[in-house]
Amino acid sequence: MSAGNQSPKPVAELVLESSLESVDVAESHVIAAAERAGMSEEDVFRFGYAVREAMVNAVVHGNRYSSNKSVGFRIIELPGQIEVRIEDQGGGFDAGGVADPLAEENLLSQSGRGLALIRAFVDELSVAPAAGGGTAAVLRKFVRAGTESPPQVSEE
Amino acid sequence: MSVTLTTRQVGDVTVIDAKGRITLGEGSSDFRDSIKSLVEKGQKNILVNLANITYIDSSGIGEMVSGYTTVANAGGKLKLLSLTKRIQDLLQITKLYTVFEVYDDEAAGLASFQS
Repeated sequence: MSAGNQSPKPVAELVLESSLESVDVAESHVIAAAERAGMSEEDVFRFGYAVREAMVNAVVHGNRYSSNKSVGFRIIELPGQIEVRIEDQGGGFDAGGVADPLAEENLLSQSGRGLALIRAFVDELSVAPAAGGGTAAVLRKFVRAGTESPPQVSEE
Repeated sequence: MSVTLTTRQVGDVTVIDAKGRITLGEGSSDFRDSIKSLVEKGQKNILVNLANITYIDSSGIGEMVSGYTTVANAGGKLKLLSLTKRIQDLLQITKLYTVFEVYDDEAAGLASFQS
């Protein structure tokens, strides 16, 4: 969904170091924004969870904990929705190249579930090359005050 | 808070009472080490009580799967006890409810190792 003519209003715009502490920082900002927006307790949890996973992807898989690389983090509040953009400075990422963690043959893999969980917990996710190299993930969640949005479980 | 893992022996089943968070850098490795240590001691029937786990991320989920595989490769079984609603959701989304045996009742979980 496009923001249309609405004026984006960043409520947080940070350059974070490539560390797990930054994951905590990003998660706490999103939880605060989601609570301010009036999301249900469960949706606050799910949005925070999704952002945490996306931040881990940026710090661990994108920047590989490099002290020379940072993670751009931005929250924009729009009417009825919150958008979070997370941009790393890694070598790029092909989301299509990730093995399906829900396929029978991959169920016992130790890793590879992060994107599936993010998709389940947000309304929209885009993962694309960033302008300056690296990868940009944009997560969007709509505000459904007082109701819970069900996780997007894949039924195959 | 990271994770606290307390083990107790009930017959030939080792119950791990887990408390806290199992996340990357904050408990995943503790969980892995605990399972590995138990298997090395020859304890192959493991019931993991997750009632007091407040958070588990994809890394923690991966460690549970790895633990399941480690125990299975040693000829044993790792089963789960008392999942919170959120952990149930995570296992549903990741289809891991088709992998793990899950029990709400400890007595039933313990008895399942005898069958």
